[in-house]
Amino acid sequence: MTPDGHGAPHAGWADVPYAIAAFVRKTFVIAELEARKLRHDPTELFMRAVQPTLWLLVFGQVFGKYRWHGEGSYLDFLAPGILAQSVLFIAIFYGITIIWERDLGLVHKMLVTPTPRSALVLGKALSAGVRAISQVVLIFIISLIVGVHINWNPLHLLAIVLIVVLGAACFSTFSLVIACLVKTRERFMGIGQLMTMPLFFASNAIYPIEIMPNWLKVVARVNPLTYQVDALRGLMVVGGVSHYSIALDLGMLLGITTVFVLLGSRLYRNVVG
Amino acid sequence: MPIIETTALTRRFADVLAVDDFNISVDEGEVFGLLGPNGAGKTTVIKMLVTLLVPTSGEAAVAGWSIRRGAAAVRRNVGYVPQMLSADGQLSGYENLLIFAKLYDIPRRERRQRINEALTFMGLGDVANSLVRTYSGGMIRRLEIAQSMLHHPRVLFLDEPTVGLDPSARRAVWERIAELQERLGMTIFLTTHMMEEADSLCRRVAIMHRGRVAALDTPAALKASLDREGATLDDVFIHYAGDSLAAVGGGSYRDTRRARRTARRLG
Repeated sequence: MTPDGHGAPHAGWADVPYAIAAFVRKTFVIAELEARKLRHDPTELFMRAVQPTLWLLVFGQVFGKYRWHGEGSYLDFLAPGILAQSVLFIAIFYGITIIWERDLGLVHKMLVTPTPRSALVLGKALSAGVRAISQVVLIFIISLIVGVHINWNPLHLLAIVLIVVLGAACFSTFSLVIACLVKTRERFMGIGQLMTMPLFFASNAIYPIEIMPNWLKVVARVNPLTYQVDALRGLMVVGGVSHYSIALDLGMLLGITTVFVLLGSRLYRNVVG
Repeated sequence: MPIIETTALTRRFADVLAVDDFNISVDEGEVFGLLGPNGAGKTTVIKMLVTLLVPTSGEAAVAGWSIRRGAAAVRRNVGYVPQMLSADGQLSGYENLLIFAKLYDIPRRERRQRINEALTFMGLGDVANSLVRTYSGGMIRRLEIAQSMLHHPRVLFLDEPTVGLDPSARRAVWERIAELQERLGMTIFLTTHMMEEADSLCRRVAIMHRGRVAALDTPAALKASLDREGATLDDVFIHYAGDSLAAVGGGSYRDTRRARRTARRLG
């Protein structure tokens, strides 16, 4: 077997920079694919507007009048939580797209191209991030209307985008891992429903962790959503405080996402088996 | 040197032996057909050859590379059109090709030209910017073939390329396949259970039955081997794979559901 000029398998340390460059390039191609689809049909993004609007407009307005002991208004407390929640909801069902694409045959064809599995997974994660950015715009608008005291510091806005993309990447790769394991739409939807509410309620999104019973505090502290909310709380509103520090939040999200990307890359081919 | 060579290729799924000691050798530049009833193991063979599935035992080399140890190199040298729908309906035809051109590392300055060439070759130049979900079944198939030939692979794998197509769409696909082979000298490996397709396209065919090669030769030689006046490839098929009604695991519910779904989407 001799190399024939059609591309030899890459091995050895000299190829590492090449492999990294290819990985980054391919990741963006996958993200571009998803972004192009979204451009052709953005209706999904508008549908996503309904739920956070209800939370802020109805739940936030009413609950805020009922015994809120925290600092600032309840809406100031709630808005970052709802942003994180809508990112979660966008990302957590993202895995179903791979089951859908598997049923069609798209995944098969993709897996036969010379694309690293990890790039396929991270590309998907990034495109979930793109969808999530649309939620930032939306929730800022609603927040403005209901009178949340938004911090307009451009650095903060930039950091919010970063945290949101990272949060979406984290939950979408988690979802992808689940999809690769359960393999069918029906089972995935069942498990998706099962996970969403606990992730949301066992976090600091709509109430502070301090008022939780001890067992729930433990759950909340291993829940990645908590760290996303915490970072957003420090960035989004005037006088907002991040409980754990933004560096720790960022580190947690990055670490968990990396684990899911690695897991997803290992499992990705399972889905066609 | 043959461009595809399998030696005792075997794949087991739980209690079903899908591919069992499968041995073939395909020459560079030929159109090779793998025939067999549903559930004979044709798709499993293709999936192993394009590195989607790892064999349980045995070995195969594609374009000189082992499918086990040289999977990355195999992927650079093959194109693959799965049986199911594999073009993205939410993108235009051009975009579908653009994404693949990028995934196959076709240099930026060549992309546009290669894409337009492939689209014209497949007779899709006029609809390049329409969304694929508005295409007919035959157009989608031709787009999928365009997608997998963009990087000029040495072997093109087509899994049931004309399933669910009406006769005229089918004929258009056949013409394109034959021309790909003639013009570019591409090796084409296709599976089918349509005898007419194998007869008109393939230089040699292997008839697969219960995971094994039951017969392998040119269509003419296979017909002659029956020693019967006016024998067709249909007769050959029935002769070698005829007891498939009793076959264990032949055409599972899942396969059937998929095939029907594909047929419906393409139809």
